[in-house]
Amino acid sequence: MGILEVKNVGKRFGGLQALSNVNLSIAENTVHALIGPNGAGKSTLLNCLVGKLIPDTGSVMFDGQSVLGRTPYEINQMGISRVFQTPEIFGDLTVMENMMIPCLAKRDGVFKLNALRTLGRDAEIRDKAEQMLIDMNMIEKREMHSASMSRGDKRRLEIGMCLAQEPRLLLLDEPTAGMARADTNNTIDLLKQIKAERDITIAIIEHDMHVVFSLAERITVLAQGTPLVEDVPEKIKGHPKVREAYLGESAAAA
Amino acid sequence: MLGLGKKDFILLGIVAALVLLAPFILNPFPADSALAQFNAGYPDLMQRFMIFGIFAVGFNILFGLTGYLSFGHAAFLGVGSYSAVWMFKLLSMNVIPAIILSVVVAGLFALLIGFISLRRSGIYFSILTLAFAQMSFNLAYSVLTPLTNGETGLQLTLEDPRILGVSQTAAGGIPVTNLFGMEMRETTTLTLGGWAFQFNNGYYLCGALLLLAFYISIRIFRSPFGLMLRAVKSNQTRLNYTGLNTKPYTLAAFVISGMYAGLAGGLLASMDPLAGAERMQWTASGEVVLMTILGGAGTLIGPVLGAGFIKYFENIFSKINDNVLHSWFHILPDSIENAVIWVVEHFVGSGWHLTLGLLFMLVVTFLPGGLVQGGQKIGRLFRRRDAAAKATQSTPAE
Amino acid sequence: MDAIILQILNGLDKGSAYALIALGLTLIFGTLGVVNFAHGALFMIGAFCAVTLNKILNLSFETLDPTRTDFLGNPLKVKTPYVESWFGPDVGAAIIDWSVPLAILFSIPVMIAIGFIMERGLIKHFYRRPHADQILVTFGLAIVLQELIKHYFGANQIATPAPDAFRGSFDFGAMLGLDPNVIIYPYWRLVYFAFAAVIIGGVFAFLQFTTFGMVVRAGMADRETVGLLGINIDRRFTIMFGIAAAVAGMAGVMYAPINSPNYHMGMDFLVLSFVVVVVGGMGSLPGAVLAGFLLGVLESFASMNAIKSLIPGIDQIIIYVAAIIILLMRPRGLMGRKGVMED
Repeated sequence: MGILEVKNVGKRFGGLQALSNVNLSIAENTVHALIGPNGAGKSTLLNCLVGKLIPDTGSVMFDGQSVLGRTPYEINQMGISRVFQTPEIFGDLTVMENMMIPCLAKRDGVFKLNALRTLGRDAEIRDKAEQMLIDMNMIEKREMHSASMSRGDKRRLEIGMCLAQEPRLLLLDEPTAGMARADTNNTIDLLKQIKAERDITIAIIEHDMHVVFSLAERITVLAQGTPLVEDVPEKIKGHPKVREAYLGESAAAA
Repeated sequence: MLGLGKKDFILLGIVAALVLLAPFILNPFPADSALAQFNAGYPDLMQRFMIFGIFAVGFNILFGLTGYLSFGHAAFLGVGSYSAVWMFKLLSMNVIPAIILSVVVAGLFALLIGFISLRRSGIYFSILTLAFAQMSFNLAYSVLTPLTNGETGLQLTLEDPRILGVSQTAAGGIPVTNLFGMEMRETTTLTLGGWAFQFNNGYYLCGALLLLAFYISIRIFRSPFGLMLRAVKSNQTRLNYTGLNTKPYTLAAFVISGMYAGLAGGLLASMDPLAGAERMQWTASGEVVLMTILGGAGTLIGPVLGAGFIKYFENIFSKINDNVLHSWFHILPDSIENAVIWVVEHFVGSGWHLTLGLLFMLVVTFLPGGLVQGGQKIGRLFRRRDAAAKATQSTPAE
Repeated sequence: MDAIILQILNGLDKGSAYALIALGLTLIFGTLGVVNFAHGALFMIGAFCAVTLNKILNLSFETLDPTRTDFLGNPLKVKTPYVESWFGPDVGAAIIDWSVPLAILFSIPVMIAIGFIMERGLIKHFYRRPHADQILVTFGLAIVLQELIKHYFGANQIATPAPDAFRGSFDFGAMLGLDPNVIIYPYWRLVYFAFAAVIIGGVFAFLQFTTFGMVVRAGMADRETVGLLGINIDRRFTIMFGIAAAVAGMAGVMYAPINSPNYHMGMDFLVLSFVVVVVGGMGSLPGAVLAGFLLGVLESFASMNAIKSLIPGIDQIIIYVAAIIILLMRPRGLMGRKGVMED
């Protein structure tokens, strides 16, 4: 029984069957990659997991509880955090303020009217946010306006914000899209380090095969809205079906 | 101190000193001098500075922090005024119950309107609040005449059944509003040389409440709640995916700012016990928006400055008439004098609203951060020049 | 039955005005992505075009008529409008009589010019600014325009009559074979409705059947892609702004005889037109028209005496109540699409 169990999920947009019969099980404390050509339904599936979309059929269970019909913030509070393709951070706020928000969300829940409490004196939150910034190696940027940082730093901050919530499952949607090689390698190292230091399950959607094969312990290949194969990376590499559906395409292009 | 950081405490101290000394500061010209018309140190106007300061400080909690632009806040001010007058009519001429009721009723009204309007964001939200305010205006103006006395406005009469008090004074007049016997309209005048300084009870009550309102606003700005409101403005998607529900945060901000507006409305009625529908009109809602952005939305002190600025110039501009203009420009040759006056008279007297509209456009276009940002820019310019000067001075020493 | 037909008819003229203003608002929304709080002011300026033309045509000179005397025995002063002396008394009087329809011709260039100046001089600089700034700057502009009108025309309503030929009413009930004298409808309101129908039809035809309209519609759907095709979308949008201004202006001109213009009529209509736009669905042109007529007719029903005696004052707030109910049930409005103007 995995931490995330997706059963028979289907989703239709008008005439397009984006997902059909998706079955997926992600085991606890693994790094599981979802790959597939453009339009394979990877992002749709991800959106079904976090509450942005509701599948037409099937079930999605996280840790024995259904996530269907719940809002994104409820699902997040259950222990699923999401990193976006383009970093979603609070651009108007400083790095430290950015980091304090997930710490508050973890402690105080979906809403708390603590309007007369002084944030600057909340040692618990401040210490936790600072520790997280140290872990992310960005403590010296704490007073920086977060919108003015590089894309790599924004990504690092966003991952840090997700980790500050101590999620059990971290979803990453193409975390290295649009990044330079150096930034990509930094992100890979960061994710490896996170995996080594924490009890956390990571599901990652990625186009960059270098990233996938550096990180993933299991890989599911999605094509035309349905899983094609699921196996360990070594087997996926040589799998004829995958070559045909996906790698063949990129190999030919290369 | 008071749970504030050093900077914030100093800011609060400055505002407190300004409130306390306003009767002197706003009265720089001797009473019989030609410049006395620029004095603002009389009770009625000073009360307005404080009351609209409270209104704008509250509006800023919603607009400045969350970015939700409400075009209907005058409705809450009006509701506050009506509630206060009813309290005077039915219960007592003491302002405390009236003010409490106006805050509570405005808060409940804001809860209702906010609950519906906040289902949408952005432009939709602005339009919905505008529509609600206009509906409230129509309700007050005609539909709910038994409650609001329609066009005439709600006033005290000699027949009011005041439970804790008398319907008429011994002299047969309408009793006046008071704070445990201290009459709001009572003014002490201190004459020093040519100057006449006026100290009014009502003004100091308004001042004390402005300080309280300002203090609470600082606390909100520095609280985790305040951080969440700024996060709402910055990125709602991330907030949702960080396990936070944006709705109750924005609704709470909406209700709090509605209660501030109610307090302002209750105070208006406490100073002068009448309430009319025109207080709820969209122009009134627009005015508080202008005060906030003129001062600097999202800054602490901005709305107070903006409110003071607008109310001061409204007062001065409205007083200027043709005679005053002629006396100003009489040194010019006649033809030029007439041309100048022809231009200027558009903007003064009853033309104040035209000035207000132009000010609106100019501020939004050229100074979106308001006076506070403008001041900061100028300050930075000087500091840079200072730093440059120091740098040149220190070079030879090296 | 009679009463229902009468109320529907009564609702049509107000509904037409709402629909015309909401149509312009939606065009500007959809094309430029700007919320124009000054659009009501354009409607008001249109109405004052009618007032102005009426005043110009009535400019008179005075002559002494020696054949008649006033009560003091002096020769009587007679005012003769210039147009009457130029074109002869009959033609001149007819021109004055038809000043409102003539004002349409007068208003089109004026409104297009105002629209161009507004867009190029002000709105253009706000495309990339937050919506709040756009709302605020156009709101300021609305105040400026209405205060200028107040300065020059005063605060009172100015009666601007329709041509004599349309001043009467006709018996619509008798036409339908119902009892006579039950459904009486003023001619001018019918003219207004027909006029609105023509304008609305014209705008839709223009968008539907011309290349220009096709590009604009494509731009409304996806501005960036159209821009990538190398089409100068900005210039077309400027023209659309002028057209929207002209539509609002003509709606104002023709409305002048129905409700004598005053300086704040623009804002009164604007708030309701916004409600109309929101109810119809932001960015949907058919939605704006549909909601305009719907709410106009609804308002007219609410002002029936039978209903007003049940719920006093309902006519003042019915539109808002209806809007709230519709928005609670359909948050995107009647014909709103997902993803349009949502942020």
